[in-house]
Amino acid sequence: MENLQIVGQRIPKIDALDKVTGRAKYIQDVKIPGMLYGKILYSKYAHAQIVHIDTSKAEKLTGVRAVLTGDQIPPVKFGFFKDNSPLKAGKVRSYRDEVAVVAATDPDIALEALDLIEVTYSPLPGVFDPEEAMKEGAPLIHEGNKNNVLKLPWKLICGDVEEARKASDFIAQDRFKVTWVTHCCMGTSGCIADFDLRNNLTFYSTTQIPSLAQKDFLEFLKGLGLPNSKVRIIQTSIGGGFGSKLDTYAFEYLAILLAQKTRQPVKMLFDRKEEFTATSTRQPAIIDISQGCTKGGKLTFRDITMILDNGAYTSWGATTPSVMMMPISSLYKVPNVRYIAKCVYTNNTYSQAMRGYGNPQATFAIESQIDGLAEQAGIDPFEFRQINCNEPGEVSPQGYKIGTCGLKECLNAVSQELGWKEKKGQGKKRGVGLASLIHVGGGARVYKSDGCGTIIKMDDYGWVDVITGATEIGQGSDTVIAQIVAEELGVRIEDVNIVNNDTDVCPWDVGVHASRTTFVAGNSARGAALKIKEQILNLAAPALEAEVKDLELKDRKVLVKGSPDRFLPLDKVLRKAHYSNQGQMLMADYFYDPENENLDRDFKGNLSMAYAYGAHGVEVEVDEGTGKVKILNYVAAHDVGRAINPMLLEGQVYGGVTMGVGYALTEQLILNKGEIMNPNFRDYKMLTCKDRIPIKAIVVETDEPSGPFGAKGIGEPGCVPTAPAIANAIYDAIGVRIKDLPITPEKIVAALKQKKGA
Amino acid sequence: MQLNGHPLETQVEPHWTLLEFLRDHLGLTGTKEGCGGGECGACTVLVNGKAVNSCLFPVLEAQGSQVFTVEGLMSPEGTLHPLQEAFINHGAVQCGFCTPGMLLSAKALLDENPHPTEEDIRSALAGNFCRCTGYAQIVQAVQSLGVYEEKTVSVMPRGEEE
Repeated sequence: MENLQIVGQRIPKIDALDKVTGRAKYIQDVKIPGMLYGKILYSKYAHAQIVHIDTSKAEKLTGVRAVLTGDQIPPVKFGFFKDNSPLKAGKVRSYRDEVAVVAATDPDIALEALDLIEVTYSPLPGVFDPEEAMKEGAPLIHEGNKNNVLKLPWKLICGDVEEARKASDFIAQDRFKVTWVTHCCMGTSGCIADFDLRNNLTFYSTTQIPSLAQKDFLEFLKGLGLPNSKVRIIQTSIGGGFGSKLDTYAFEYLAILLAQKTRQPVKMLFDRKEEFTATSTRQPAIIDISQGCTKGGKLTFRDITMILDNGAYTSWGATTPSVMMMPISSLYKVPNVRYIAKCVYTNNTYSQAMRGYGNPQATFAIESQIDGLAEQAGIDPFEFRQINCNEPGEVSPQGYKIGTCGLKECLNAVSQELGWKEKKGQGKKRGVGLASLIHVGGGARVYKSDGCGTIIKMDDYGWVDVITGATEIGQGSDTVIAQIVAEELGVRIEDVNIVNNDTDVCPWDVGVHASRTTFVAGNSARGAALKIKEQILNLAAPALEAEVKDLELKDRKVLVKGSPDRFLPLDKVLRKAHYSNQGQMLMADYFYDPENENLDRDFKGNLSMAYAYGAHGVEVEVDEGTGKVKILNYVAAHDVGRAINPMLLEGQVYGGVTMGVGYALTEQLILNKGEIMNPNFRDYKMLTCKDRIPIKAIVVETDEPSGPFGAKGIGEPGCVPTAPAIANAIYDAIGVRIKDLPITPEKIVAALKQKKGA
Repeated sequence: MQLNGHPLETQVEPHWTLLEFLRDHLGLTGTKEGCGGGECGACTVLVNGKAVNSCLFPVLEAQGSQVFTVEGLMSPEGTLHPLQEAFINHGAVQCGFCTPGMLLSAKALLDENPHPTEEDIRSALAGNFCRCTGYAQIVQAVQSLGVYEEKTVSVMPRGEEE
């Protein structure tokens, strides 16, 4: 590969300077003159008729500028299924249902006003278990529907599972359960809506999808009778994303409604309790899975049916089966696959995207069971995975064209680093476990476009403005994009200014999801950089008396290759172009849309340009008395194509694994008849600094031809195989298999008791 | 009180927290509110050298005290504090919302114990939550500033060695 100067370096994150000095402005920190504060009144019941709302006392409170209820707003719907509305009229379907909203001059006054709103409910029977909700006669969540099952056709059939089942020598059959967990962004959700006198909306936001949010809000304004209003989204610094800002939400629509009504800017800011109770979770699921293999350990089929608790409304959680299909069809070579998923309305909280988007759930079931199947076949789990390992160049049953694939290298690296052979079955309540992953690594065509645009302009001094559609949520897209551009243009990282937060300026991008930003926005930035590079070389060639093909950009110079004394300073070339007759400023734009495919009606197609693979291995020690699991060693090997910035990449792996360990062992939102019982950090157990996990991140580079400088995505994979790797290690240590997450000490002690009793 | 080394005299409402005072009345928004309940540490500031959750700390209690926030970390000449440098250079910052509080907890530790072990660091930062980093690079950043005792084991998050 070429001799790279900046790509591949451990360059500090560009915005870190503002963040360590307290200068970075988050939504919490933004104030606009005349700004009002909105607060939401939520339902007191999981399921009830709203009989009457009296807002008169609240309206009279000094400082209150507006009070709205569901009956007072146009009947506009939002969400993937258009089954949600900013304020509920007539009926509430979950505890997080918005019943009324207040705008006041001070947040405390707004809260006081909420206490003065009197709502009379008539409670209805609720349903909180998706299997119960599927039964005949179950309370209907959305009147007008025949039953609670969503009309979503999640069904993938590849080959003939029934024939393969008959031909299998070993078959494993299990039921796994995964529950609600939540993003726990350290910065809570918020926004500011501000209309100008022409009814154009400026919306300060922490969204992960500026272009799609703009579209949602335009549609909403149309519903409010404002078809000619424009929407400008300005993103502040974002205090964590992880999928939690991948949709548009009631609180955002309420800010818009209040701003429209009061003609003043309105800020909505969640407190921590709201962040737990009124943002959407990871998708919970009940997973029935069977897999078979031959005596030699070759997988013959994988058969999965799933029931997803959709909650009361529909966001992206209901579409996670489209991503679950990825590991189900394409993790290891498995010729026959059947997957059927049903999403069912209940009176619980509704779920959405969260790092991995269904993949951690499906991989937990698949990889836990692979160990069970390997045991039946009498084959070491590491060997079993090697036998079925994906390889470069294969086409998976779902139609994924696997290009680069470093799974074998990842498995080998993990086995070696962990000391698999020596540690497996070592006894002393210690055990090791493995699990692998596949994820999209080259974008994911889940929307009509998977594109991202970039504009680059250069000034008289050789400085570079890169205006990108990509969103920065802490993952480091600002830095990675700057590295790619600096590399191509032969400038320093500090010469590059990234503009990435304003839809009035930035080109379209589908959003920061699917681990796609380094790949898609990186390719887009590189495309624009190559265009502007060509312009520069063309300008410099005559002056250097050289052919364009013999020139290169390096050290802020245009150089004749091989003749170090023949060069022009870059800024001089730019000034000469600018200040000559009919001068020119250098600008270039590039829109990159990967050649990946939307899944067809049968859910087949090449969803991504490249696939990211990885393997995790973990050694645990289990205290049989208390059920406590201690992680002694954790190895995470990832095929990333190429590490553009190893330091930021390792940060993604450490963060992903830690979130995955929480998913495996400690985290759960506890719902009691639809009510979240632990909406705080004391009772929701996110890992802290004290929970030391010794993680070794191993980077496997396979140099993906379609990636920018060979890179594939890495944002999500770190938390995908964590839970099954840990579950497998626990089994190796103490011989009990926990099939529902999180694997709490209580569950371990109970399982041990049952094992001893049996 | 002395705020970031400067004397400050002003009227306050008795019900204000130190966090409210700093953010809403002085416009020092570097200190963040993550939970408002003393659980997450995002609002950590130093009062007389001790790390406190400013969201729970009544502003009146700070009367006559030395209060130190993230805005005071940089030297008046504009040089970054070594902890700020270390956080930047070790990848300890992602979304950055926990960073100001994390820096001040780390400062309180190093001021009292310039040679902390990994265990000391992890204890000192246990009240500061971070969802992005998995803490590895944060611990590494703090470690990079101290000299370690021989007995400290595996102080580097593995895989971080350059």
